[in-house]
Amino acid sequence: MKILVSIKQVPSRDSQLRVDPGGHWIQENDLTFEVNEPDAFALEEALRLKEKQGGEVVALLAGPARASQTIREALAKGADRAIHIEEENLTAFDTLGVAQLLAKAAEAEKPDLILTGLQSDDLGYGQTGVVMAELLGLPHGTIIMAVEKIDTGIRVKRELEDGWFQNVEMPLPAVLTIQSGINKLRYATLMGIKKAKTKEVKRLTAAELGVAAAPTASIERVYLPQRTKQTQLLDGSPKEAAAKLVEKLRFEVRIL
Amino acid sequence: MSGVLVVTEQRAGASGQDAVWHRMSWETLAAGQQLAAQMGLKAYAAVLGQGIGVLADELARKKLDHVHAVEHALLATYTADGFTAALEQLIRKFNPSIVLFPHTYQVRDFAPKLATRFHQVLVSDTVGFRVESGSPVFIRQLFQGKLNADVKLGGAEPHFASIQAGAFRADQVEDGAAQVVQFSPELTAEIIRAKPLEPFRESARAVDLTSADIIVSVGRGIKEKDNIPIVEELAKALGGELAASRPICDSGWLPMERQVGSSGQTVSPKMYLAVGISGAIQHLVGMKGAKTIVAINKDANAPIFEVADYGIVGDLFEVVPALVEEIKKAKG
Repeated sequence: MKILVSIKQVPSRDSQLRVDPGGHWIQENDLTFEVNEPDAFALEEALRLKEKQGGEVVALLAGPARASQTIREALAKGADRAIHIEEENLTAFDTLGVAQLLAKAAEAEKPDLILTGLQSDDLGYGQTGVVMAELLGLPHGTIIMAVEKIDTGIRVKRELEDGWFQNVEMPLPAVLTIQSGINKLRYATLMGIKKAKTKEVKRLTAAELGVAAAPTASIERVYLPQRTKQTQLLDGSPKEAAAKLVEKLRFEVRIL
Repeated sequence: MSGVLVVTEQRAGASGQDAVWHRMSWETLAAGQQLAAQMGLKAYAAVLGQGIGVLADELARKKLDHVHAVEHALLATYTADGFTAALEQLIRKFNPSIVLFPHTYQVRDFAPKLATRFHQVLVSDTVGFRVESGSPVFIRQLFQGKLNADVKLGGAEPHFASIQAGAFRADQVEDGAAQVVQFSPELTAEIIRAKPLEPFRESARAVDLTSADIIVSVGRGIKEKDNIPIVEELAKALGGELAASRPICDSGWLPMERQVGSSGQTVSPKMYLAVGISGAIQHLVGMKGAKTIVAINKDANAPIFEVADYGIVGDLFEVVPALVEEIKKAKG
């Protein structure tokens, strides 16, 4: 089975985010970046499927040059090769534009299965996988918690709301968006890191793929959300703050 | 006809039982009525499925121009292919300016596909809007709620947006009288590629967090499994139940049945104490109904402080043990 995994590089989870002076995006120069967490689970699922079924895992990423680091990590974990759609200003594309880039690159690969995370930790539109499926004319499944190969294609376990699940069967090729927690992530081994250096990374550009940035939905302004609730912040040393909170719990909340 | 079309969501009842509304349908209907009023457009609604007459009649008692009852045997069970095709036909016939959805798991499954057919992007998970010179600007969260963004819609209509749980109030839906218009999409079984099986639950829940008065909940900030007892101690001191955000249960540090959030339990205790939880929306929807919310987090900008009544910005590994001590002192 040839599996394509679409991954994204996003600011690290603990980042202290600051809005850029123009108010259109965040200041990126002092940030560290990492793989989008749900995409890490998608990659892991692809590697596990390959270990069971045989085949190939190809990592696909659209992003600036700095995202090479995330590609190297995917190769070190076990992806066989990678495709980097190098685009310095990905924010000029909207979700449809990014999905078009990814779909164009995917089309040439003719994979049996395309996996990606269910949403990104930065923009959080949660639709790149579904849009890719539509552009490629493929069936899809979202928020997937298990993938099993069956004679007619695949059977996937889809998460519904409030603790419900549903199994769905579909033919291949197909696109799945993977939920965090579907599996346990592996660490790259020393051998893997060494091998990664020799693996193929194919570089493409938006122009080569014939996709121009033509966003319909555009971010006008980025800002800190206004607090809707007045939070009483209790300050002081940990002991002082704790004592103040207990006061509140006793005399205002009356729960102690 | 231009206007604001609200696509509602219902769940077909299992084996002959009546269909039930997804509660977010009403929140989205309220949003749709407000948006239409501000833009000077008509609002109308659609409900999809089979045997949905009663639901359509219920919608017809709301302040809407009309209600589309989109019925077909192939819509009895949800599939992305079926729902996308049916709505594409409805939209091409009635040409709404804006299509609004509740941001449910089901909508996440098909609405991006539908928007793509119109060369549009679904502006998903929005928390509000305002109208600027006749056009709506939607507000949505970025970086798991750490920042907000104003998003402007461009390109040819229709535009598509989905509304986050709890962003609008269901009790603000205005009553009225509307006509039900039947719409029978042309669907064939071949277009539906995925075969959905019966929904199921993993196992009976041994822990019922919904009946707890006090919940102490732990998130990523706890760093490793071996640190969980620090928070467990606090739950014990308060006489509360221990709960967790999704990543903790995903990692197997606490059982899934203790998970609070959109994929876990929805709770409304007297007090919810969040420890090391940043407050991604998926978590907030599960607990923001709590009477009092207390948050302990090292990041003063964490979204959890937007819903918290009391907060301590600090290192949980110092604050929590101090708090346990103070509680024990207070309880004598």
